[in-house]
Amino acid sequence: MLRIDGAYKIFNPGTVNRKMALRNVSLSMKEGDFITLIGGNGAGKSTLLNCIAGVYGVEKGSINIAGIDVTKSSEYKRAALLGRVFQDPMMGTASDMILEENLALALRRGKPRGLRWGISNKERETYRELLSHLGLGLEKRLNVKVKLLSGGQRQAITLLMATLKKPKLLLLDEHTAALDPKTAGIVLELTERLVHENGLTTLMVTHNMRDAIRYGNRLIMMHDGRIFLDIQGEEKSKLTVEELLTRFGSASGQEFSYDRALLS
Amino acid sequence: MFEVIKGALSLGLLWGIMTIGVYITYRILSIADLTVEGSITLGAAIAAHAITRGMNPYLGTLLALFGGMAAGFCTGILHTRLKIPALLSGILTMIALYSINLRVMGKANVSLLRMDNVYTVFENLGLEPTWAIITLGAIGVVVIVCLLYWFFGTEIGCAIRATGNNPYMVRAQGINTNSMIILGLVISNGLVSLGGALIAQNQNFSDIGMGTGSIVIGLASVIIGEVLFGKRNFFMRLISLAFGAITYRIIIAFVLKLGMHSNDLKLFTAITVAVALALPMIKDLLNPPKIVIGEGGQDA
Repeated sequence: MLRIDGAYKIFNPGTVNRKMALRNVSLSMKEGDFITLIGGNGAGKSTLLNCIAGVYGVEKGSINIAGIDVTKSSEYKRAALLGRVFQDPMMGTASDMILEENLALALRRGKPRGLRWGISNKERETYRELLSHLGLGLEKRLNVKVKLLSGGQRQAITLLMATLKKPKLLLLDEHTAALDPKTAGIVLELTERLVHENGLTTLMVTHNMRDAIRYGNRLIMMHDGRIFLDIQGEEKSKLTVEELLTRFGSASGQEFSYDRALLS
Repeated sequence: MFEVIKGALSLGLLWGIMTIGVYITYRILSIADLTVEGSITLGAAIAAHAITRGMNPYLGTLLALFGGMAAGFCTGILHTRLKIPALLSGILTMIALYSINLRVMGKANVSLLRMDNVYTVFENLGLEPTWAIITLGAIGVVVIVCLLYWFFGTEIGCAIRATGNNPYMVRAQGINTNSMIILGLVISNGLVSLGGALIAQNQNFSDIGMGTGSIVIGLASVIIGEVLFGKRNFFMRLISLAFGAITYRIIIAFVLKLGMHSNDLKLFTAITVAVALALPMIKDLLNPPKIVIGEGGQDA
């Protein structure tokens, strides 16, 4: 479903601030894979996601989503294949537009937009139905401007928007990092349910080791722009935080020092 | 008194069309687009050129609309494809239009006195000149408001509104934000230019300097409209723009009546806009918003 071959990404090339964010990253995902991607600050997790989404181009290497080579295509064109949820709950929705308008924008992802009316009555029923499954009471608030909703509600909505039209690949970029622990838990449960129900191929960045172990069928750890660990199947299901830390140490030759990940 | 209000009403309706154009960039796309200073004159210049050469004034006005759209397209390309900041892109097109407008008119001022214009049809129906302008202006405003209300409710229109709100989200939903920005600028400047054409035919001349300060007048009208006539829904917002433009004209007419020198008008307008832009803050200072929390935490 996703194939990355030898991807390099360099920020600020030719300046003193030059930073190689991805170094020869290769990754292959099968349909239905749910990968959790973990690593410290500056490990390249978000860069990898942004390169897949087309926010940045890669300097070298290729990216292939669902059999389509997207290495050169722009962010909005790739969006037809992708569902995305961002770290910042404000980023996934248009705050001055009402809830149903946001959902309607997402329902038309990847389809040419014309002069048909932006929302149909039939859609509204679907939205109400889907929102009621979230259990946040949002089905009664279709006409509310999204900016009046909480971060957790907005993240749940973004998640729904990302899966409204089934994506080939769902990209979650620390999408619970800005939420309080309880809300983060709710959003994560919702994530798993939506991924499971729709059989979505998912790549989830997280800073939380426990979450990384608990969710998904495959765990990848990045450090300094490289993939260091790739654990899947039964091995993954038996993984503990301690073991993960040890294995990271022996693979990278250094201790995993990332306060936020250790503390959480 | 009545004559003053009638005059303000006629002029306000024509400037209302221009104000709607300013609103599209300033509020919907969140861009302060200075192209309008050039495109309003471009509209006047094209209409004047067409009318003095004996063309049908309606056709000339339609050409003015297309001219403004082209100007907006240029700014859009400068901003989105060449990555020049929006404000500077607008300034560049505005400056370029100064020369283009002189080329179109052939000189700095073209008189349209004693020539048939778009209002002549209504005058021939027996309407007094000012009423002819008010009639056509009102028809124009209503038609444009209805068209825009429809357009911004369509899939493309929703995409434009979202682009001004959160371009990251819009790209993630597979929409080309560059195209949406260009489209918004095209529609906006088309309307501004159309307004310019109608204003020139109202004042019976086109002048190279008539665009100077027009962005400020447009913004003043947008803000007055929003402050006085509310922001209830999108349709009311569009209508309130015309009311804002009319109110602005009434204010100007009165300060002139009160003895202000017309040379001081631009200073007055700039101060009005500065105050109007600060109004929400002043309001909050004098009268802090009351927060009412209803049952279930819903906004009451």
